[in-house]
Amino acid sequence: MKKIVLLLSAVILFNLSHAQESNLPSVNIKSLNGKVFNTSDIKNDGKPIIIDFWATWCKPCVKELEAIADVYEEWQEETGVKIYAVSIDNSRSMARVAPFVNAKGWEYVVLLDPNSKFKEAMNVVNVPHVFLLDGTGKIIHQHTAYSDGDEDDLLELIKKVAKGEEVSH
Amino acid sequence: MKKILFIAIFLSSIFTFAQVKDAIKGHLHGNFNIDVQQYNEDSLIGANKPPESILMNAYGNFTYTYGNFSGGLRYEAYLNSLKGYDPSYNGQGIPYKYLSYQNKKGLGVTVGNFYEQFGSGFILRSYQQRMLGYDNAFEGVRASYTGIRGVNLKGLIAKQRLFWTTGVGIVRGIDGDFSINDIFKFDTKTQVIMGGSFVSKYQADKNPVLKLPENVGAGAGRISISNGGFMVSSEYAYKSQDPSADNGYIYKNGEALLINATYSQKGLGVYLSAKRVDNMSFRSDRGQAINNLNINYVADISKIHTYTLAAMYPYATQTNGEMGARAEIMYKLKKKSFLGGKYGTELFVSYATAYDIKRTPASDTSAIGVKGYEGYESKFFEIGDELFYSDFSAGLHKKLSKKFKVHLEYLYQEINFDKLRGELDHSGNKVVFANIGIIDFTWKIKSKRTLRFEFQGLFTKQDKQDWAMGLLEYTMAPHWFIAVYDAYNYGNHHSDMRIHYTTVSVGYMKNSTRIQLSYGKSMEGVICVGGVCRVVPATNGLSLSITSSF
Repeated sequence: MKKIVLLLSAVILFNLSHAQESNLPSVNIKSLNGKVFNTSDIKNDGKPIIIDFWATWCKPCVKELEAIADVYEEWQEETGVKIYAVSIDNSRSMARVAPFVNAKGWEYVVLLDPNSKFKEAMNVVNVPHVFLLDGTGKIIHQHTAYSDGDEDDLLELIKKVAKGEEVSH
Repeated sequence: MKKILFIAIFLSSIFTFAQVKDAIKGHLHGNFNIDVQQYNEDSLIGANKPPESILMNAYGNFTYTYGNFSGGLRYEAYLNSLKGYDPSYNGQGIPYKYLSYQNKKGLGVTVGNFYEQFGSGFILRSYQQRMLGYDNAFEGVRASYTGIRGVNLKGLIAKQRLFWTTGVGIVRGIDGDFSINDIFKFDTKTQVIMGGSFVSKYQADKNPVLKLPENVGAGAGRISISNGGFMVSSEYAYKSQDPSADNGYIYKNGEALLINATYSQKGLGVYLSAKRVDNMSFRSDRGQAINNLNINYVADISKIHTYTLAAMYPYATQTNGEMGARAEIMYKLKKKSFLGGKYGTELFVSYATAYDIKRTPASDTSAIGVKGYEGYESKFFEIGDELFYSDFSAGLHKKLSKKFKVHLEYLYQEINFDKLRGELDHSGNKVVFANIGIIDFTWKIKSKRTLRFEFQGLFTKQDKQDWAMGLLEYTMAPHWFIAVYDAYNYGNHHSDMRIHYTTVSVGYMKNSTRIQLSYGKSMEGVICVGGVCRVVPATNGLSLSITSSF
């Protein structure tokens, strides 16, 4: 009996210590220089995270990222937020993402999801689609489509998350 | 002593269980997408009312994750399928379902349905694009391993989705991605990544006349080198003899080469691309056509246009043979500079072109493209005589003040109707030449109230001749928008075809839900997403679209 319990305990210990912390799916996509990037590595030292799905050919997506780029520095100072801009450009326009982003002068962490693997895993239907995560990687809020001025509402939510307040819908 | 140790281990395991239990609880996520359209008869624009009057495409996705395990399914309903979608979709069911295991040590296994891409997709890419009714999902087994530093390995054996069933062919493939710097621990600024893949398909030969290869193999190699703002990447693919309906059952190998080079620094982006494709159609059923059972995806070299009239004449890769090149420069004039103004100005110029490849007879006795023979020979660097497509665009994007933003663009396009569509225009012209102008003006009236105007003009002596288009969109963030657009074919040579295509749309958005209602006429055309195109028939009626994620 003792042996069985001991064995069981050991098995539980082993399995659980390998459990995933964040609830983001683990999908291999790419960073801008072509290296494999696993999405479970999306982290920000316990501070809020934004994952923004976009594409170079999507006008509202670019508008949204442009609007946020104007105030990103202030947002970072205020809340410590980090933005991951995940491009779903496929191999037709994927190589164009780096020059596109740099010409705009965006400071986001840009990732490439050319076969929409991460997009599908996150159940995104259309771009733009924004997720707000708290420091533990838990999805607090998501939003699809972009209207001018949406970024102000997003900032309010980030502030709440940064302070650890509840976000109501 | 033993007892104490035993109790200690037991308690600590329970304690850990309590702590980690929360972290491994399961998560259910998903999304819905419903498109309903009501149709009116409108013989003038060629819109027919189907016998059902109302048609619907609907999708529901569910994914459940629990620790290292995940599973999911997609329900689809086409009752009946919207016009422009293949009626073979009519019906409903669960065509997509999978179970997957992915551990922290880098091992992943998926059984059931999945999507996959090797490299740029030259020899393997499965994906779905609902807008196009495109879905060549695999059904089988896939394994991947990323446990070795800098190495990413994948392998699969599967069949492919064909509407509500799977195709006859079996696809086997392996792919490896190697980050040289990580493997050899080179701590240099220059990063080198290499990759290679091999794909083979099997389909029985039941042809009474020809002796067809039952196993067809394709291999590809790729490399990308980056250093600071520079990056060069290339992929080459080769395919063994693969007589098919696409190539007219010729016994010739296939080849493809893609080279991309980019340079960028803050405020400047340069993008160059060149490509050659020869006999690279690759399907898991050699008899299939259109968008069915493609194993590979040969990326299109043309720029993706989002403005309606700029996208009037889209181009799609000619997998049987094409040579193309593209160049684009994006530049941002600095804020507060003489030319940049207070907010800076973005400028861009882009050019893309594609030609046929040069073909010569493979032998003195057989003509080009004769069924059952080698078909033709083609020198790698020789460009064919026939222009398929060319597209020049230049423009600027500028924030004028806190309230006003403007986007100006000019385009010049040449489209070979004869070669690409197998048709001539109304007066027997092979090639359409079009000048296009676009003005997009955004006025932020006050916080969260925005008015956007779009004016577009397309000027051509061929096809349906001149078009003008206007759009007015009023947005009340965060929830509502209303838009009216009108495309007017004022220059059509048939005076009774000088028609207004007018549509009114209202949309509501909240969190991850979006609902849009539209009423009006839309023109016949081709919509392309990511290089795959679908012909959309003219419609007149009411449409409702709902998307939601949870």
